[in-house]
Amino acid sequence: MIQRILIAISIPFFFLLQTGVFTYLKLGNCIPNLMVLIACIYGFFYGEKFGCVVGFFCGLLMDIFFGNMLGLNALIIMLIGYINGGFSELFYAEDIRLPMILLTLSDATYGLMYYISTFLMRGRLSIGFYMTKVILPEIFYTILVSLVIYPIFLAIDTLFRNLKLRKELEKQDV
Amino acid sequence: MSPVVKSKGERFTLPSKYLLLILTFICIILMVLTYGTSIFDVPVNSAVGTVIVPFEKGISRAGEWLRNRKDELTSVRSLLEENQRLRDQIDSLTEENLILTQERYELTDMQALLGLSETYYSYNKVGARVIFKDAGNWYSSFIIDKGTDDGLAVDMNVIAGGGLVGRITKIGPNWARVTSIISDGVNVSGQVVSSDLTLMVSGDLKLVDRGLLNFSLLSDPEGLVVKGDKVVTSNISDKYLPGLLIGYIDTVQNDANNLTKSGTISVATDFDHLSVVLVITDLKDYDYE
Repeated sequence: MIQRILIAISIPFFFLLQTGVFTYLKLGNCIPNLMVLIACIYGFFYGEKFGCVVGFFCGLLMDIFFGNMLGLNALIIMLIGYINGGFSELFYAEDIRLPMILLTLSDATYGLMYYISTFLMRGRLSIGFYMTKVILPEIFYTILVSLVIYPIFLAIDTLFRNLKLRKELEKQDV
Repeated sequence: MSPVVKSKGERFTLPSKYLLLILTFICIILMVLTYGTSIFDVPVNSAVGTVIVPFEKGISRAGEWLRNRKDELTSVRSLLEENQRLRDQIDSLTEENLILTQERYELTDMQALLGLSETYYSYNKVGARVIFKDAGNWYSSFIIDKGTDDGLAVDMNVIAGGGLVGRITKIGPNWARVTSIISDGVNVSGQVVSSDLTLMVSGDLKLVDRGLLNFSLLSDPEGLVVKGDKVVTSNISDKYLPGLLIGYIDTVQNDANNLTKSGTISVATDFDHLSVVLVITDLKDYDYE
């Protein structure tokens, strides 16, 4: 339960971090996409359901403040969270390679889908430019940030797992 | 048996596939409903306004502080010192001017910058602070710390440092979103001051880095418009008040049709360092009926 509350609080927290702090710390004129990042991480750790619910609310928050309509970011990030959740069975927490590869693919998917739905539709065809100037720098920065954030998530997750395990053991003893 | 049906003694759980399906439907319905209308704006905007905005004010201060530290690391020290000194000076001047009268601000800053019509000085303005910026890399918009409670409304024009910044496109009780004129897909009807020729100014993500805007549909057979000409908002625009400074002509070239010209404009406002903006509370009068 505490874990769920923590997850719920972390969504606005990371939104604040992204819009309030990272917008001032641009790298290559881009900011990292923390919303995709946490949807992915919660997906890996807790499975499809958490991935898709977290993704939905992350995207909705972006839509409310910055979208022209509600639901577009919510849909894209929710799908990303869900798909990443599918890998939760496969991955070992200590192996950082799989999450990083998935995160790269996820952010690329987000960028492409957002480009297609809002830019390509208005006849902005030069995908090469948007790829090199927006999508790739964003992926790079997101990965960079995730290298810092991922171990923190891992530590918190391990802590909760241990607590749970201890409780179960105590039950068995009784 | 359907997996949704609850069997005896088991806790009810919804399979993730169904959850995804439900949420997808919600998203699609939301998109359809909010594409053309703003039915959810009032409850949703006031809800996030009470939850997110108060925290954001503090956090963006931290962000600004961090950016200043980053600047220190990346730029040459002497330049930084000068930069800092000048910025402090600008900040204190801005602050001072905001506390004093708005008229004083207009006179010192804008009158020097522009030789504009009388109406320009008589606009009512409210100062507002930028509290956070766009969460993505695709568009350029930001949130200010005033909303409907302070008498603001959608479509009000926003200026800073004497130049046009954009207009309010979304509003909550204590926040408002300003979409910049440099944002991709935003069009402003403009006018060259020296020759009164009209043109269409549009934001382009490709040019944002260089502080430029696109312009097109300039009909100038005599070649009156040259580099450095001042461009302001025109009086035929239905969202923007007339006479607000947009920027200066940078390049001009003939279109393939040989009738109109297009090119780039360098913007008057420094969009990277916006912290205080002025919202013009007068709305452009127009009748659709």
